Amino acid sequence: MPIELIKEKCSSPINSVEIGVSGKKVVTIGGESAMPFLFDEGNMPNAPRVALEILDSEPAEWPEELIRPFGDSLKDPVGWAVKCVKDFGAGILCVRLQSTHPDYGSKDADHVIPILKSIIKETAVPLIVIGGGDDERDNIVLPKVSQALKGENCLLGIATQNNYKTLAATALADGHSIIAESPIDINIAKQVNILISDMGFNPHKILMHPTTTSLGYGMEYVYSIMERGRLAAFIGDKMLAMPFILFVGSEAWKTKEAKEAASAQGVNWEITTAVSMLQAGADLLVMRHPEAAENVRKYIEIVMNGGGKK
Amino acid sequence: MIVIGELINGMYKDVGKAIANKESDVIQHLAADQVMAGASVLDVNTGPYSQNPKDDMKWLIETIQGVVQVPLALDSTKADVIEEGLKLVAKRAIINSTNADEAKMAVIFGLAKKYNTQVIGLAMDKSGVPNSKEKRLELAAAIVAKAMEFGINAEDLFLDPIVLPLNVAQAQGSEVLESIREFRLLCDPAPNTTIGLSNVSQGTKFRPLVNRTFLTMAVANGLTSAILDPLDKELMDAMITAELVLNKAIYCDSFLEAYRKR
Repeated sequence: MPIELIKEKCSSPINSVEIGVSGKKVVTIGGESAMPFLFDEGNMPNAPRVALEILDSEPAEWPEELIRPFGDSLKDPVGWAVKCVKDFGAGILCVRLQSTHPDYGSKDADHVIPILKSIIKETAVPLIVIGGGDDERDNIVLPKVSQALKGENCLLGIATQNNYKTLAATALADGHSIIAESPIDINIAKQVNILISDMGFNPHKILMHPTTTSLGYGMEYVYSIMERGRLAAFIGDKMLAMPFILFVGSEAWKTKEAKEAASAQGVNWEITTAVSMLQAGADLLVMRHPEAAENVRKYIEIVMNGGGKK
Repeated sequence: MIVIGELINGMYKDVGKAIANKESDVIQHLAADQVMAGASVLDVNTGPYSQNPKDDMKWLIETIQGVVQVPLALDSTKADVIEEGLKLVAKRAIINSTNADEAKMAVIFGLAKKYNTQVIGLAMDKSGVPNSKEKRLELAAAIVAKAMEFGINAEDLFLDPIVLPLNVAQAQGSEVLESIREFRLLCDPAPNTTIGLSNVSQGTKFRPLVNRTFLTMAVANGLTSAILDPLDKELMDAMITAELVLNKAIYCDSFLEAYRKR
């Protein structure tokens, strides 16, 4: 007797979030109604997307293998961005405003806004912009950046439970989407989403960052958090129905396994982390190494086409 | 939990008066307020004093559907009144109700099949409300069997063990709670269960406290739906919290608000 597989049907899909402006390029993130790639149970109208990450100033501590593909372009963020799009096929860029962090020069918005505007002009791809990671500085810089990019429908980050008001208010005013982060904690993930939507923010303009950890460093915890959130969203929890974004590049290349080993291992570390996160339900991956990104895009194409079946 | 708002019932003085005088704003406010407070279904009952229940039922449905788009539970002992209503409903309705009498079930399940509705099945028959969980279970099983004969899915049944007032039938509390748990085991997929909650506190002191305590205990026993007053915020909060304890929703600090955003 053939075994009958149990198929779960979801009653409410993940939100679809658009980044970018029509006329230029727009990407739609999320919208799925099944666990990853289970096409017998529901749809994935939008394939997961890969963004390449660039910094607004030359990276200080990147390993040799990560510097190699970009060469001198790392000194010029606009040239770096163009290279990512033209040479490495990036359809989305993520700009990390490292230079605004006190450890990297405390640059002001006046310094980064022209860079961002040039990137938009030269590449015309949808943009993710995240602060340098210092709450105080981010709350000064990001509102000005948000305003300068008004109308570009960017994805801005990062909002947390203890620091979301400034970013949410400014992103709301300027029509951007927002990244809501929680520390590998599904309760806080839900709470941040509620706090942000309580400010009048459209839940369909929020992406969740459940915190990224890489292979060998607790990736399983993130995996199970994402899985739990997803299952709740599918049975109707609107405050967990946001697509997931994961910063796999920055996390994978923090590990000693990636940094210190012979060339291929770092790239493979990033690929493995990325693919695992896709299987956990990631909708948008921010990656660093172009070869890793290319491989992950190929992987997505294969699984979206039914994998071995086709 | 499927919350069925109980307030549009001609038995209540103001509603009865609104029906008699066709004061649509009274009914529409009640409908909108209940939905806003978390009711996903609204009970519609013309009340015992309606001179012309068919017309009143039609008027109520049209009036309610003018402001909210939720399923309605058509509540009448008369099948022809229910049928008049079923012709008008915009969303899949619930018939409230049948009991376990053969003749009654045949009529109600016939209507349910014809109009593709869900049905509330009361675990009672001609001889009245049973006083043991065994008898309740027997009647519930008869309802499930009859529904299946008519090709109605178990998930479309809401089995009601009949809640009695605490002050006159104290021994029935635990019988009812255990019945709720056992009704769920009658078939797979399980039938839904429901209770007319307010009855438990009829004539008692501290009615809201009795209501929310009983509801919490019923939820713990697997209750999937209740006919209640959704405007009682403390009652709704207790229900939401009970479901959270059962891990039916993911905790967050604003869990009450999270539930209401659904």
